[in-house]
Amino acid sequence: MAFREYRIGSIMFGVALSISMFITIVLPGIDISSMSSTKTALEKQLTYGWETGFNYYDPFLQGKDKPIKVVLTKDPATGEPIDQTDAYVFPAGTHFPDGITHDNILGDDVLQASVSLGKMDQASEEAGAVFLVQATEDDVPYIENATATRGWQPDATLNAADQQFLAGAGKTMFVREGCWWCHTLLPEETQDWQTFGRPPLVGDFNGESPTTFGSDRKAPDLLHVGSRNSSREWMTMHFFNPRLVQPHSIMPRYDYLWGDKDANGNPVDLAAWDKEYFEYAEGKRVYPPEVPTPAADSEARMLIDFVLNLK
Amino acid sequence: MLKYLFAKEDEIPQGTAAIFFAVSSIAWFIIGTGLGSFNAAKLAFPDFFHGSYALQFGHMRQVHVHAVIFGWIAMAFAASMMYITPALGNTKLWSEKLGVWNCLLYNIGLALALALLWAGVTSGREYSDHIWPIDLYIAFVMVLPWALNVWMTIINRRTQGIYTTNWFFGACMFMTIIVFLVGNMPEWLHLTGLNEAYMTWWFAHNILGLLITPVAAAITYYIVPKITGNPLYSHRVGHLHFWSIVVFYSTPAAHHLMSSPLPEWLKSFASVEGVLILVPAIAYVCNILLTMQGRWAMFVENIEIKFTITGVLLAIPLNMQGGFQQTRAINWYIHGTGWIVAHAHLALLGFSTFAEAAAVYYGMQVLLRRKLYSASLANFHFWMILIGFSLYWTSMTIAGLIQGAAKIYEVPYVDVVIGEHPYMIVRWLGGTMVFFGNIVWLYNMIMTARAGTPVPAGRQPAEVAYTR
Repeated sequence: MAFREYRIGSIMFGVALSISMFITIVLPGIDISSMSSTKTALEKQLTYGWETGFNYYDPFLQGKDKPIKVVLTKDPATGEPIDQTDAYVFPAGTHFPDGITHDNILGDDVLQASVSLGKMDQASEEAGAVFLVQATEDDVPYIENATATRGWQPDATLNAADQQFLAGAGKTMFVREGCWWCHTLLPEETQDWQTFGRPPLVGDFNGESPTTFGSDRKAPDLLHVGSRNSSREWMTMHFFNPRLVQPHSIMPRYDYLWGDKDANGNPVDLAAWDKEYFEYAEGKRVYPPEVPTPAADSEARMLIDFVLNLK
Repeated sequence: MLKYLFAKEDEIPQGTAAIFFAVSSIAWFIIGTGLGSFNAAKLAFPDFFHGSYALQFGHMRQVHVHAVIFGWIAMAFAASMMYITPALGNTKLWSEKLGVWNCLLYNIGLALALALLWAGVTSGREYSDHIWPIDLYIAFVMVLPWALNVWMTIINRRTQGIYTTNWFFGACMFMTIIVFLVGNMPEWLHLTGLNEAYMTWWFAHNILGLLITPVAAAITYYIVPKITGNPLYSHRVGHLHFWSIVVFYSTPAAHHLMSSPLPEWLKSFASVEGVLILVPAIAYVCNILLTMQGRWAMFVENIEIKFTITGVLLAIPLNMQGGFQQTRAINWYIHGTGWIVAHAHLALLGFSTFAEAAAVYYGMQVLLRRKLYSASLANFHFWMILIGFSLYWTSMTIAGLIQGAAKIYEVPYVDVVIGEHPYMIVRWLGGTMVFFGNIVWLYNMIMTARAGTPVPAGRQPAEVAYTR
């Protein structure tokens, strides 16, 4: 080996790089992994399901294999009125999130409550399940498997729902369409409290993948945008053409996410819409053309649900 | 080039792989900067080319980044290594055939990787956007054969010692593979949450710190002494540079997430290590500039030295920014603003691109044994990139300061967008100048191959006069 005169150097190099990786990977890994999931983390896991980036179950990022968040005011099993409740429906075959499949990320207290009170370990992906996020008397958040504890079946729960949010599939759109290249999901600890709301806590991200913090804020932070603006009409117009509601916006149009047909089954003709819009922009029309309502299974609806659900 | 794929090793002329990589890198540079210019136009004029899935900003932004990093920068590195490593070992490249195959599979893999990103098939993690099958392809088909060629050439050298440049080449190829395999752990091991976010930035920091910056520096360690004829100012300072890169540049990954809820000890540690990056930075810049003693006329007269030294001079503001902007005192103001975009372009389009362009200019002349076709066109290229970059950097820095001020004073966001608009236009103009400069460069290189004055045997290209 012609490397013999470099033996000491090579050993030193290996030692230096190993120490560096021990300090910057192993130690932070131990520290971060010791954090219990917060209530926010459990809600996010149950809203977004398994991984949202490229994965086996949705390789082309079409919003497949995602749970549905529903708002209930009556018990799906008995039909009795109940207090307004958010439930997370995993139809049969939908893959469970990290907190259920890799439950070490929950933290000891959360895991114990989820199993003993929430019967989380009885849920099965083949049969599907409905989950709730609850808290014990000591304010420890936990996952309740309502299919086991209350007999709520996925299909019955979807039928009984007042509102359905395709927020999980919407996160897939958020990742695929690159929204996070301009919008951060990370209010900064130093100065963003008043404008963009509470910065996240350490345990808020457990089980979320990808976190899509974003690094280059060319546009407002969106972590709590649903609390600032909860208007579905505004969001619909804004996604179709941001300049309709904010003339100075530089956001791209997402009109192509409407697909071929709108909610009424009418074809979406972007070219014709565009022609009328430019007449409006040039002052030849008083009103801009109507924005079509997105179909219930359109990608635009998923993305709007995701954004409205960012509370 | 393709005719050498199935030729016997002895029948392939020396330098074939390097030329193949060099030409590919220029082509990817044109594609990458063209995409950058298009993206910048969309930020300045949002209704420019709208309504198409494929041409939407969120689909194209990462294609620009990866075309430039993996296409231009990495392939220019490969080209440089494939002629500099054997030259410094007084030997031949270990396997030209492996190099030619490497380059072909590199181009195919990169085209596929970028097409997938363009379609939105992504891991959703900045800089490690590629999906894991592509990550495996990059590590084992694109980078490992290249590393193997470099390592085996160093081992089979016919000199006693190893020159500074080759320490960096050998070590950086090793570190790049480690960074690629470890940095993509979230995908291999299904890491989630803050662990994933942190590993994303561990990867992003180290791929820059352990591949791009040190290899660009290593190239200048070769180009400057070779063309000026001065020996490297100090071998010892080179040692300081190398070891402080390994120790200080591999540790501050967390400073990219200073405003996130990472453990405070980690942020403080990363911030201190981040300032210590100034140790390799200052050692390096001093070493190169002192090597220029008595040959400063070449900064004006010689194209390669002009590019190299401009890159080294740009490394000074780069490292001063890089060392201090990540401290808490400054980071809270500029985090997530256009300032960072300007800084990233100062590193990749400023420092590193100028060094690599010099290596490609010089390597093509040496390998083809032809003098550069036109010094005028090369000067035109130089000024197009330098002025274009300066416009870009200045406008984005100003835009970043506007964003920072608006962040502190909680100005409604749309007022920031309005305030930034003129600078978005200037940024687009700057980026477009770089793009057109590169087209001229490709023409100049093709004409060098076809019509450049032959360099006599035993002579350096720098010793032959420019004819145009």
